[in-house]
Amino acid sequence: MTSQTLIILALVLPALTVLVIPLFHRQPNLRETITITSSGLLFLTILILLIRVLDGERPSIELIRVVPDLPISFAIEPLGMIFAAVAGTLWIVNSIYSIGYMRGNNEPRQTQFYMCFALAISATMGIAFADNLFTLFLFYEVLTLSTYPLVTHKGNAEAKAGGRKYLIILLGTSTVLLLPAIIWTWFLTGSMTFTIGGIMAGKVDGLTLGLLLALYVFGIGKAAVMPMHGWLPAAMVAPTPVSALLHAVAVVKAGVFTVVKVIVYIFGIDYLADTGAGDWLLYIAGFTILMASVIALRQDNLKRRLAFSTVSQLSYVVLAVAILSPISAIGAAMHIAAHAVSKITLFFAAGSLYTAAHITKISQMRGIGRKMPWTMTAFAIGGISMIGLPPTAGFLGKWFMLQGAMEGGKWVAVGIIIISTILNAGYFLPVIVSAFLRPVDPNASKDKDIVTDHGEAPLGIVIALTLTAAGTIALFLFPGPLYELASAMVDMGTEVTNVAPEPPALPVGGNSHE
Amino acid sequence: MIVDNLPALQVIVPLLGAILCVLVRRGWLAWFIALVVSWIVPLIAVALILQVLDGGVISYAMGGWAPPVGIEYRVDLLSAFVLLLISMVGAVMLPYANLSVESEISDGKRAWFYALYLLCMTGMLGISITGDAFNAFVFLEVSSLSTYAMIALGKDRRALLAAYQYLIMGTIGATFYVIAIGILYTMTGTLNMVDMSGRLGDVATVRPLFAALAFLTVGISLKFALFPLHSWLPNAYAYAPTFATAFLASTATKAAVYLILRFFFSVYGVALVFGIHPISEMLIALSLMAMFGASIVAVYQDNIKRMLAYSSVAQIGYITLGFGLANVPGLTGGVVHLANHAVTKGALFLAVGGIVYRMGAAHLDDFKGIGKKMPLTMAGFTIAGLSIIGVPGTAGFISKWYLAIAALEHGWGWLVMLLVLSSLISVIYIGRVVEVAYFREPEGKVMNATEMPLSMLIPAWVMILATIYFGIETSWTAGIASQIATDLLAGVQ
Repeated sequence: MTSQTLIILALVLPALTVLVIPLFHRQPNLRETITITSSGLLFLTILILLIRVLDGERPSIELIRVVPDLPISFAIEPLGMIFAAVAGTLWIVNSIYSIGYMRGNNEPRQTQFYMCFALAISATMGIAFADNLFTLFLFYEVLTLSTYPLVTHKGNAEAKAGGRKYLIILLGTSTVLLLPAIIWTWFLTGSMTFTIGGIMAGKVDGLTLGLLLALYVFGIGKAAVMPMHGWLPAAMVAPTPVSALLHAVAVVKAGVFTVVKVIVYIFGIDYLADTGAGDWLLYIAGFTILMASVIALRQDNLKRRLAFSTVSQLSYVVLAVAILSPISAIGAAMHIAAHAVSKITLFFAAGSLYTAAHITKISQMRGIGRKMPWTMTAFAIGGISMIGLPPTAGFLGKWFMLQGAMEGGKWVAVGIIIISTILNAGYFLPVIVSAFLRPVDPNASKDKDIVTDHGEAPLGIVIALTLTAAGTIALFLFPGPLYELASAMVDMGTEVTNVAPEPPALPVGGNSHE
Repeated sequence: MIVDNLPALQVIVPLLGAILCVLVRRGWLAWFIALVVSWIVPLIAVALILQVLDGGVISYAMGGWAPPVGIEYRVDLLSAFVLLLISMVGAVMLPYANLSVESEISDGKRAWFYALYLLCMTGMLGISITGDAFNAFVFLEVSSLSTYAMIALGKDRRALLAAYQYLIMGTIGATFYVIAIGILYTMTGTLNMVDMSGRLGDVATVRPLFAALAFLTVGISLKFALFPLHSWLPNAYAYAPTFATAFLASTATKAAVYLILRFFFSVYGVALVFGIHPISEMLIALSLMAMFGASIVAVYQDNIKRMLAYSSVAQIGYITLGFGLANVPGLTGGVVHLANHAVTKGALFLAVGGIVYRMGAAHLDDFKGIGKKMPLTMAGFTIAGLSIIGVPGTAGFISKWYLAIAALEHGWGWLVMLLVLSSLISVIYIGRVVEVAYFREPEGKVMNATEMPLSMLIPAWVMILATIYFGIETSWTAGIASQIATDLLAGVQ
């Protein structure tokens, strides 16, 4: 099959799943088989694409032009490939986990759950492979809308309130800030295509450039840069598989992915560095990293703590790209993958604790390590990766970020990374230590909600979290392909801008409005 | 023979159909006649637009009397576009009518209803095809009078009051229009629009021309409910029979908008309309007030038909905003929104019509838990709602894209911000309904509700899919609209 066909397949497979699942809503086993099969096929598709992209192929395809200036088109570049591979691979694991979790907790409306989930994956693939801002925006909005029913899955007042916040912040930022930014970009440069070295050079400068960057950074609400982060803790009312794959991987990564993509392929790292229009971003990202960590320290609800940890970790990616050096950009790309696999492990563990023991709070986790060793070992690995210690994936991204920051003399960034590492340790290590070393709280059995006579969670859950925990370590041990892709992204970027410094091109034809 | 007389047939076929409906008297037979007519009319419109795309403007001398003495039917791309739009909406919706009308209108009056519907269709098609200013007035009245009567047939007693309110307002509008035509006739000595346009340049004193323009603008604006002349519309849409609401919301205002485009750009020309008096600024200001004012009011409506009616007032604001911007992308956005809003609002009203059919009303309380009982209907409502919001991938986005580009061409970044902010308000009023439909538990009558019958569901879903289709493949909407915009601004006759 040609790579073009495979790109379409990656989008269509999950979308077809959406249509097929409701046909089997009375046969849950068959229904889940469809999800698993489809995720397996998607994985294969992405694997073939990954091999080809590693070989240097850069397939692209244009589907249709909505209006002459708005093409829906796809092209695979290394960063998108990383994102698609991460989301696609984790979908399989998450599907296994979902089956265990949704059945273990007797959740209602499971058909709707699997449908929306598949649609969200399709949208994620669209974002990963988008060749221009319009295509990306289209799927970005589909992702918001398809995950809304998942956030509100419980259907109670809390879910409804969380859902409202989710929708208003995500739709609000994207329509009020991101969309005007895209229209403005098109208007100023006459292009929306992701281009190596960016499209802004020579066409946009000064205050406009900084303003546009701000519109993008805050308009991409999914990246959860403060103060646009409020939707993420609100989204934690969703069932845990949703928090795990969507709000630790697909949705939030779609956010930072878009930020990286816009800075690398629309603004151009070198151009932003030369003009200094993006210097403020470093501070905003740094503030978010530290602030979110401080808030996370104070959360007793496990999923909320993880959510704020995600807010903090997402801004690592933004910080890394804001350092505006090629090496830290590699770090940004690697951190997208590393954080994905570690954070999904942590959420899997949180869901496992809830399913087996109805534990939702950190204060209830004392001594739980003895009863649920698999779960808590995985949790420990995920936590260590969050802190960024070897032998876990979290170490990789931080290493490159630090290297880039030091080479660029961005000592503020270095300081932020160091302080936040200490903070991360502050909110993960005590949890791990008390779960394994302290005795079970004798008062716990009085709490009616908590189950005390339990073992490990259902098998599906344990398999899933073991796999991702293993993945967290494997990524550290074998970072080859990931590094190759990440550096390919940067090589292309600097190569072209260094070799051929373009003269300020004149806007073409009808688009000359300057 | 038939091909040569297509412009006349476009109007005569529905007119004859209306007479037949009255003669047969039986409801179902009248519906069948209306159905056949509604399916023939778009075929004529397609033939016409293909001719226009192929060979340019068609001029047809009614009764063989050559213009400017006789009445000229003149089909250019704009005419053909509006003809196609109105007739296609009718063709898609009519299968829906049978059950919906049966449930809301008593047996004895149903044949009359279909006769009125066909007369209304005749009037709107006539407005869009005629090249004669006075003839346009006649058709305007044909469509308006039949609309008043259709609204009055609503089963709620308040329908009578709504119809009466519209009658008064509509008559004022029509009178203004005649006054304007009278002045123009006095000044130019002709009623043929092309002829009139040619002679306007020779008129020595321009003041009466501007008086006529003012009468025209206000009179026609009343017809298409430009804020603040919209007060008749919410009641009319809320209490009319649901099928009538759906049809009128998709078409009636569009024909009136066509008329004002015709006078602004073809008869007067851009320079005369926008060059001297601040009509552009006025239109933009009123449009913005409509977009925000009406949307905010919509948020507080508990009658969903009424809510959608206010949303229509807001959406008309987008159309007139495009005209006010008076550049190619702006005009493209305005014209394409005629079509995009027609399919979107049509889809919404057809979905709501299904709920009225099952529940007897469309109060917010009737939507409690309806998402579980009528999943296809409510899913359709949600999708069409996304198009009202202007989510990319739906028709509504296309219009907003063009409007935003038009605003930037003027260098008005603030207008882009207002544009996107206004769509956030629609998130609230659409979201409110969606929340009630999906998060409340069904109670009372909703418990027994089931999906609407197929004959209603299929037309509704055709419209709903059209809102997505025209968000992705736009050569028939935005493609033609941008050509129309270029022609209008260039003053092509």
